[in-house]
Amino acid sequence: MDTPIVEISDVAFAYNGETVLRDVNLEIRQEDFIAMIGPNGGGKSTLLKLMLGLLKPDKGVIRVLGRSAQKGSSYIGYVPQDVHLNRSFPITAMDVVLMGKLDPRKRGVRGSVSYRQEALTVLERLAMAAHAGKRIGELSGGQRQRVFIARALVTQPKLLLLDEPTASIDTKGQADFFKLLEELNKDIAILVVSHDLLVISRYVKSVACVNKGLHYHHQAEITADMLETMYPCTDAEVCPVELVAHGLPHRVLKDH
Amino acid sequence: MIDALQLEFMRNALVAGLLASVICGIMGTLVVVNRIVFLSGGIAHAAYGGIGLAFYFGWPYLVGTIGFSLVAAIVMAAVSMKAKHRADTIIGVIWALGMAFGIILLDLTPGYNVDLMSYLFGSILTVSKMDLLAMLAVGVLMTILVAAYYKELLALSYDEEFARIRGVPVKGLYFTLIGMLAVTIVMVIQVVGLILVIALLTIPPFIAEKHAKSLMQMMVGSSLLGAIFTIVGLWLSYTYNLTSGASIIMVSGIGFLISALIEQIHLPQKADNQTAAETIKTAAR
Repeated sequence: MDTPIVEISDVAFAYNGETVLRDVNLEIRQEDFIAMIGPNGGGKSTLLKLMLGLLKPDKGVIRVLGRSAQKGSSYIGYVPQDVHLNRSFPITAMDVVLMGKLDPRKRGVRGSVSYRQEALTVLERLAMAAHAGKRIGELSGGQRQRVFIARALVTQPKLLLLDEPTASIDTKGQADFFKLLEELNKDIAILVVSHDLLVISRYVKSVACVNKGLHYHHQAEITADMLETMYPCTDAEVCPVELVAHGLPHRVLKDH
Repeated sequence: MIDALQLEFMRNALVAGLLASVICGIMGTLVVVNRIVFLSGGIAHAAYGGIGLAFYFGWPYLVGTIGFSLVAAIVMAAVSMKAKHRADTIIGVIWALGMAFGIILLDLTPGYNVDLMSYLFGSILTVSKMDLLAMLAVGVLMTILVAAYYKELLALSYDEEFARIRGVPVKGLYFTLIGMLAVTIVMVIQVVGLILVIALLTIPPFIAEKHAKSLMQMMVGSSLLGAIFTIVGLWLSYTYNLTSGASIIMVSGIGFLISALIEQIHLPQKADNQTAAETIKTAAR
């Protein structure tokens, strides 16, 4: 069997003495399209940072294509949450994509023409070539996400990690967006953090629930008890989901 | 203005102002996009502690001020990296302590009294040839550094996490940036004064940011704006016999207000009409 792109074994991580993740095991392979769901503070972002080598696990091992996460991070294309980035920053879509070509070991402007060509090709593929010269702040939420995906793709990754990519996109745009990911999934593995169970259940192949531990579901099924463990509703909250998912009849969750 | 340039001190003042504009245009762009204006203010004020040290111990002026500000800047940068939510408080503390420390040391230095006003507003009209050369050297060195690490600085400023994943030595680069900032601030302060440095670090980049499409454009735009403010300010100060530093700052402030007003007027159209946004840009150029 070929080596998995990411191999996480028995990983634990604590932040200021508080356990964020424990006993996490996960393998990501080339054909995977995984949705990662879980409550806020459940450790989703931490797990992403561990995979990217930005954090080191307290226990356990993370391997990216057989290498340490720090060394392997160049094989992972990372698409951060839109809200974290400064929208008034003076930078064009093209220059954001070119950031993916940044290599601190290479100095000077060598290859910059071919890099531009490469960036433009990727933008074309994402139907964003017409916006290459626009400032990032002038684009819509969905367009910005495509630019960030293009930036991740020019690094020629084996795996695309997306952190809540649909947060600033409307419902129609979200469906288009997941179709795009489905298309990309023909070549590379995709792991997407998302809260939107409805969209997920239609496009992804498997679901990873992260709430300190990690539960892996080999199908994109969303079960009632999964929902209850992942999103325990208190009395004060309204149950958010009128749920449509494969294998589950159309149902409304009962009050807890 | 032309007859004013017959006077050597006016010529020197103009050159000093233009040099300061370019230096602050480049550094100010990095300061504004990295949101470290407050940290820059902290460095600029804490540098006064260095002046106190230099006079009290009889060290050369630059050794005292640059040394002290570098230490203060590194401490502030370390704190702002480690504990982001506490950064502004700690910077405020170092800001105040540095300044007080400097004043007390000057009190204790027998027979010498530095005028606090000249530290705040500078003495651009008494700039010497040596000062100009020192500023030029710092300006050239800084420009070379920024040009050599432009892509890395861009990545660090826009998306630190991504920069780190791409293998940019983010920590080292950030401390280098802060160190460079400390040195330039100290060099420029002794020529044009603390208040003018803060004004030139913030106002031109703020205006330029809205119309620039890259950090480079923002740096060039800020430098040009700073130069215009400096020339107009000096001319006003010469014609109406006003304090030069303060005049330049007032002109910059008016520029700031006009830019904010233009944005307010055009803002409603900008939301639904991209071409309106384009028109503002061309108009502003």
